[in-house]
Amino acid sequence: MVNVLPPVTALLPVLLLGVTGLALLLVDTVSPDARSNTSMAVVSALGALASLAATVWFVVSGTGSVDTGGAITLFADAIEVDTMALFFTAIFASVTSLVVVAAHDYFHDHANPAAFYSLLMFAATGMALLAVANSLAVVFVALEMVSLPSYVLVAFLKQNRGSVEAGLKYFLVGALSSAIFLFGISLVYAATGSLLFGDVAEAVGSIDSLAGVTGIGIVMIVGGVAFKTASVPFHFWAPEAYEGAPAPASAFLSSASKAAGFVVAFQLFTEAFPVGASLAADINWVFAFGILAAVTMTLGNFAAAVQEEVKRMLAYSSIGHAGYALIGVAALSQDGGANGAVMGAAMAHLLVYGFMNTGAFLFVAMAERWGVGRTFEDYAGLARRAPVASTAMAVFMFSLAGLPPFAGFFSKYFLFMGAIDNGFLWLAGVGAVNSVVSLYYYSRVVKALFLDDPATPSALDALDVRPTALYAAVVFAAVATVLLLPGFGPVIETAQAAASALF
Amino acid sequence: MILEALIAVTFVSALLVLLAPNEWAGRLAFALSLLPFAGSLYLWSGFDGSGNALTGGDIAFRTQIEWLEVGGRTVSWFVGLDGISLPLLVLTTFLVPLAILSAWTPIDSRQSQFYGLMLFMEANLIGVFTALDFFLWFVFWEAVLVPMYFLIGVWGGPRRKYAAIKFFVYTNAASLLMFLGFMSLVFGLGDSASSFALPEITQALAAGELDTWFGISPGRLSMVAFLAMFLGFAVKVPIVPVHTWLPDAHVEAPTPASVLLAGVLLKMGTYALLRFNFTMLPDQASALAVPIAAIAVISVIYGAMLALAQKDLKRIVAYSSVSSMGYVILGLVVFTEYGVGGATFQMVAHGLISGLMFMAVGVMYNATHTRMVGDMAGMADRMPVTVGILVAGAFGYMGLPLMAGFAGEFFIFVGSLSAPALPYAPVFTALAMFGIVIVAGYLLSAMQSTLFGPFRLETDYEVGPAPFHDVAPLAALLVAIVVLGVAPDIFFEMIRDAALPVVEGVTVDG
Repeated sequence: MVNVLPPVTALLPVLLLGVTGLALLLVDTVSPDARSNTSMAVVSALGALASLAATVWFVVSGTGSVDTGGAITLFADAIEVDTMALFFTAIFASVTSLVVVAAHDYFHDHANPAAFYSLLMFAATGMALLAVANSLAVVFVALEMVSLPSYVLVAFLKQNRGSVEAGLKYFLVGALSSAIFLFGISLVYAATGSLLFGDVAEAVGSIDSLAGVTGIGIVMIVGGVAFKTASVPFHFWAPEAYEGAPAPASAFLSSASKAAGFVVAFQLFTEAFPVGASLAADINWVFAFGILAAVTMTLGNFAAAVQEEVKRMLAYSSIGHAGYALIGVAALSQDGGANGAVMGAAMAHLLVYGFMNTGAFLFVAMAERWGVGRTFEDYAGLARRAPVASTAMAVFMFSLAGLPPFAGFFSKYFLFMGAIDNGFLWLAGVGAVNSVVSLYYYSRVVKALFLDDPATPSALDALDVRPTALYAAVVFAAVATVLLLPGFGPVIETAQAAASALF
Repeated sequence: MILEALIAVTFVSALLVLLAPNEWAGRLAFALSLLPFAGSLYLWSGFDGSGNALTGGDIAFRTQIEWLEVGGRTVSWFVGLDGISLPLLVLTTFLVPLAILSAWTPIDSRQSQFYGLMLFMEANLIGVFTALDFFLWFVFWEAVLVPMYFLIGVWGGPRRKYAAIKFFVYTNAASLLMFLGFMSLVFGLGDSASSFALPEITQALAAGELDTWFGISPGRLSMVAFLAMFLGFAVKVPIVPVHTWLPDAHVEAPTPASVLLAGVLLKMGTYALLRFNFTMLPDQASALAVPIAAIAVISVIYGAMLALAQKDLKRIVAYSSVSSMGYVILGLVVFTEYGVGGATFQMVAHGLISGLMFMAVGVMYNATHTRMVGDMAGMADRMPVTVGILVAGAFGYMGLPLMAGFAGEFFIFVGSLSAPALPYAPVFTALAMFGIVIVAGYLLSAMQSTLFGPFRLETDYEVGPAPFHDVAPLAALLVAIVVLGVAPDIFFEMIRDAALPVVEGVTVDG
């Protein structure tokens, strides 16, 4: 296929997302009367699904994979399409399509939902661009392209104090971390003389006296990654932003945006700062990531355990999961045979997480749509009136906790197993302990939904509203979470092959 | 492909029942649950396995399809039966239709969900007893917990939430421990095991391929793994002192869930102990024979004493399960043909007898709305058939000859009296036998005060005989108990065939 079509077609998934966003903006601007919530949602969903279809087609046909001649580079090597990029684009496109479908019901009485859809599509475009970036400059531009729409998405309910406050907080932390990230890039450029990943990697091996400058630059870049993935020490915006934002935006940020942070980390720390060369230059970012991973998962899980509001609990749980996924870069070693395995497992975990976490936040969106309240007590007895959605939520919770009948079990298991194979027993141990803690707070949701009695008999009357599209999105995410267990083979094989290609 | 069909049919039945209207969900569930029972009878009639599935025997109805690969080891859909798993499979598919029948009277809300969960649990139970790949087995093993959690938590008694969560937390923590124990073995085997198939791992362990892992020597690694798995399964069995979730779960669970909990779920623990601890690591097991036999005997005596102190009939039966499971552990640890075989036979026998007891207590509760020993007397006057079967079942529990309980306990004692692998075997056996005296004591005294004498019950309504669909499963269970007691060989022959390789795996010093 590479020989038949011009190489630029490899960017089709990215372009489809971007064009959809522009089309939405165009209709919204040129013909405001023609827009309707439904048509906007349908167009965005179709755009996201088309992008997903293109991505899956590319993965299956082997575009950019080692078997068909390696990654496809474009624009003077600034862009590089490989299997890892496509894998992550599939995550972004899946989450985006789930979120737009759900947003249709969530914003049913909103004055101007069109802006939400186009912003969402632009953020998704930025994420897909991040995945294919092969130059630090592209990474920075794409990162901003994700961040700027995200700030607006969080503050989208402009009449709601919580939403606006969350948006501002997110913006301030985001601006700071962008500055740090950019400064890190400039230091790396100063030391290595290039922005392209490949050239940087070559230079890192022979920088001698400039190792200190590069090291500081890398630390700052790690800071930028920590912000985007909501990891310690730049995690504190996440609970506020996820809680204040409209729930579909929370779902989008905590699943897709987090995965975007990880694709940057995975590409940067294999292609630009390879583990072998970095360690040879005495820049031990592996250890730094190890500490960050352990602290992030511990902090996220223990903080989640004491929350009273479901959405806030999910926010902290999402920090905890960032810690698990960080194992993908933290458990690398100089000549570890399982480097590709552990990073691939982290990718697979992010894919599964994309479905289960999005689904969980969309259930919260449904609860907000019903107006039942935010705390665990408010969720009491919902299963009596909404058994299907509640069952889906139970699936998400058990899967997030890593219980066996669901896909979350396999992805977590492969991750820990990869870490052990690579000699990082302690990281797997911390992860396992955290998984046990997480079962406590996840099962609280299930207990509230199924076992507890509603506070008042009339508390469930609000559930007579049946938001069809939201239901569809939640149920689809649940089905995907279940089916990814028997279907885990191709996912993990693709992911591990994609990751191994980078070492 | 017949095992796959069995599991698939049960899953589909569960879905159908979930979607059925509440009015006839119970009848539909009963009809559909007869399919897996018929299927398991068909498997029984066509059973051609020999030896133990794990040690290289012929596996009947074997299917092995690769699922995925992790770290150079393949995970596969690997199912099959041997002489140990077939009786437990038949027990499961036999008990579920009866448990569903016994639910018709007490379950009066959200029926389709209740029966759907029962069938969903059955599908996973079938999976547990047939899976021969560790991952597949573990998925089924954990998937059993979820429906049971809801069955207790939604349809249970007044303290159902506490009981459901205690059950869930205890068994999940135990699963994790067991998982870590088994995984350390897999890592220790390194490249010498290319899959998670239990037979391959067992045989690699038997061939002494365990390697040093993270600086832990093979001997110590297998001991740590043995202890982790033993503790993990001990919670499930349960063995004193990790039994405290059981009385709560049993008392709060609705009768049909209790029946399956005692009848099948406890057997998952002893089955796994036999499969993993005693078949895979026989040397560690015989090195620890004395402490294990000691806690087995303590379980027997302590469980019986606790039962003696209870006033709630369901609690009495629940604690007596702890006691009975002690016999099973004793049978396993003595490593003789009759001990291990008898333990397996006792799993089936106890499944039938405790199922009968819970069901009979449930039938009485349906009529009287109390289970307290002091609240009622002379029930034999009003419910003669139910009480008659209950008394017969209780005698089965006490080990009356010609009933299944007698056969199981007899085999175990025959096996344990002459156990070369267990020092002081006669002492342990004698102490365990003493447990039967206590069992007889509490069962007789409880029956005396509730069943016989003049009728007395503080109610304002009439108590009459139970409906047919309540009594029929009791009668079916009694028939099965007597048949197994009169002709234990219908199961014992194949069990002994599968148990022999386990016994031969252990090396006895001196």
